[in-house]
Amino acid sequence: MSSSISTPITQAQPAAAAAIEPDAVKKLPPKKARSNDDNFHRPRSPITRVILYVLLIGFSALFMYPFLWLLAASLKPKGQVFDNLLIPRTFMPENYVEVWNQLPLLNWMFNSVAIALLAATAVAISSSLVAFGFAYFKFPGRKILFALVIGTMMLPGAVTMIPVYLIWKEIGLLGTWAPLFAANLFGSAFYIFLQRQFFLGLPRELFEAARIDGASYWGLFWRIAMPLSIPSFVIVFLFEFQASWNNLQSALIYLNAGGVEDFTAPLGIAYAMTRYSPTAGGQGDYQYVMVASLIVTLPMLILFAFGQRYFIEGIASQGRKG
Amino acid sequence: MTAQLGKTETPSGPLPAKKSNGKPGRPKSKYNRREALAGYLFISPWIIGFLVFTAGAMIYSLVISFSRYNLATNVATPIGFANYESLFTDPRIGVSLGNTLFYATLAVPLEIAFALVLALLLNKVGTGAGIFRTVFYLPKMTPTVATAAVFFLLLNGNTGAINQGLRFFGIEGPQWLVDPDWVKPSIVIMTLWTVSGTMVIFLAALKNVPRDLYEVASIDGAGPVRQFFSITLPMISSSMFFNVLVLSIAAFQVFDQAYLLFWRDQSNASPEASLFYAVYLFQQAFRQFNFGFAAAMAWLLFVIIMVITLIQARFGNRFVYYEGDR
Repeated sequence: MSSSISTPITQAQPAAAAAIEPDAVKKLPPKKARSNDDNFHRPRSPITRVILYVLLIGFSALFMYPFLWLLAASLKPKGQVFDNLLIPRTFMPENYVEVWNQLPLLNWMFNSVAIALLAATAVAISSSLVAFGFAYFKFPGRKILFALVIGTMMLPGAVTMIPVYLIWKEIGLLGTWAPLFAANLFGSAFYIFLQRQFFLGLPRELFEAARIDGASYWGLFWRIAMPLSIPSFVIVFLFEFQASWNNLQSALIYLNAGGVEDFTAPLGIAYAMTRYSPTAGGQGDYQYVMVASLIVTLPMLILFAFGQRYFIEGIASQGRKG
Repeated sequence: MTAQLGKTETPSGPLPAKKSNGKPGRPKSKYNRREALAGYLFISPWIIGFLVFTAGAMIYSLVISFSRYNLATNVATPIGFANYESLFTDPRIGVSLGNTLFYATLAVPLEIAFALVLALLLNKVGTGAGIFRTVFYLPKMTPTVATAAVFFLLLNGNTGAINQGLRFFGIEGPQWLVDPDWVKPSIVIMTLWTVSGTMVIFLAALKNVPRDLYEVASIDGAGPVRQFFSITLPMISSSMFFNVLVLSIAAFQVFDQAYLLFWRDQSNASPEASLFYAVYLFQQAFRQFNFGFAAAMAWLLFVIIMVITLIQARFGNRFVYYEGDR
């Protein structure tokens, strides 16, 4: 599975480091001899091309519709939220002001941002450390231990859910942020795998040259491996940030018993859905749920706007591990 | 010091240094002690985490599954196989397993087909591919809660946009979130909207198929359909295998969508049909605090997922074409 990466560079100058850096993200996909340019599969006949674009635009409409619907609904007054019009009859931009009074949305956003930052930073750093250990050093049991790392990816979370809950209960940290990020301090299997693949792609001569220059093992990691692996570090960070932002179940387990203002964004929206849901005998002000949903989605869209290639590359590399 | 430096120049790790692999005169021991120690130090966070949160937790979970756990006193009283016996006597286990299996068989093939169609379209388009890919990917970035909050209304049987759209074509849509027969298709629709992760994996695989294969095939007179089944499908079979496996495992653990659409509050109109295994497990563990029974449920899930993986690995090996295999 690592055959896809290595493109050994012959010269051992540390200067080679600079040469790899710029398109290091592109180093992740296999650099096999292939000459697929983007236009190869383009249909020749104009009719097929029209059909192709009609299909693509049709699917785009299907994918965009819920977003447009959400945007429209968030701008409607109470009675019109369910009318399915993409342009509101009555515009209520006040919803975007009122929602902060209706729901402790600011607290939820703050909690979610803080937890996601802690979770993503912790897992990116710890996974890099572990990955470097597996990629660079030779020690007894390395292969078995790495197989164990991969093996833990198969383990359904449900198996450890209860004991882990009891561990946090025993330490007295139920209701705090710790259960939502602290396990990330110990690395996570898929990210370790991803970072290790990246480290294996770095020319070993780079490290040997640095050793001769007197660099410590820590120096190899911190001054050479880490700066070069920033692209895959970013992938790990963004993936975990998104995963944490999306994490409903842990919040349900650990924060649901606490006060509403201590909720994370997903738990908060779930709460708001029930509170305003017309079917549950709620107050029916579902427009606030729409506004809140949109606000909670925005950070992810911004993240995607800046980090699109990392997300796409990260997903594509999952397929490559098989 | 110099002696040690000499040692580090010998191939001492898995990094690509193949040229010196065959050289004689290696150091006596296979491992450099200092280096091995440093290696253990680097991986120590994972080892600690593994011992506590994985291995330790698994053993603890096994112990709990054979016990009655008292949450107030934190005491686990051994009760033998009682929890596992309850797995067979509790009718809701069968119901939730059946629902989950039904959902998985419906969702996985549809997800695969839809993702593959989208990837093929994107692979065909030259101009604008990036824009379409971005549009297709946006749902994947949307938090599940937001998706559920919107689809909760879109799927509404009376006022929802989906049934309104169907009415336009003269079809009276079902009560998606109420009618037991349509509960699972509702969740499938939501899942299909976020299928772009699978699509990206297919797209990456499609871009890797050597174009000369298609050129040769066209010369030999193979049409597009023939090319798809004889070239494309075999060449992307390893990512097909990966996607089927990952989606099946995910389908068996479906929780968020079901919880948000049905189990958030007491208003669930079809509690039988919407009871998924992961939802029932969650309820038993963190609503009823039946830790022993829930742990036994978790181990059953573990076994099911292992079996699925093994079957698919067996099955997959027969059909998957790996480059380099001759």
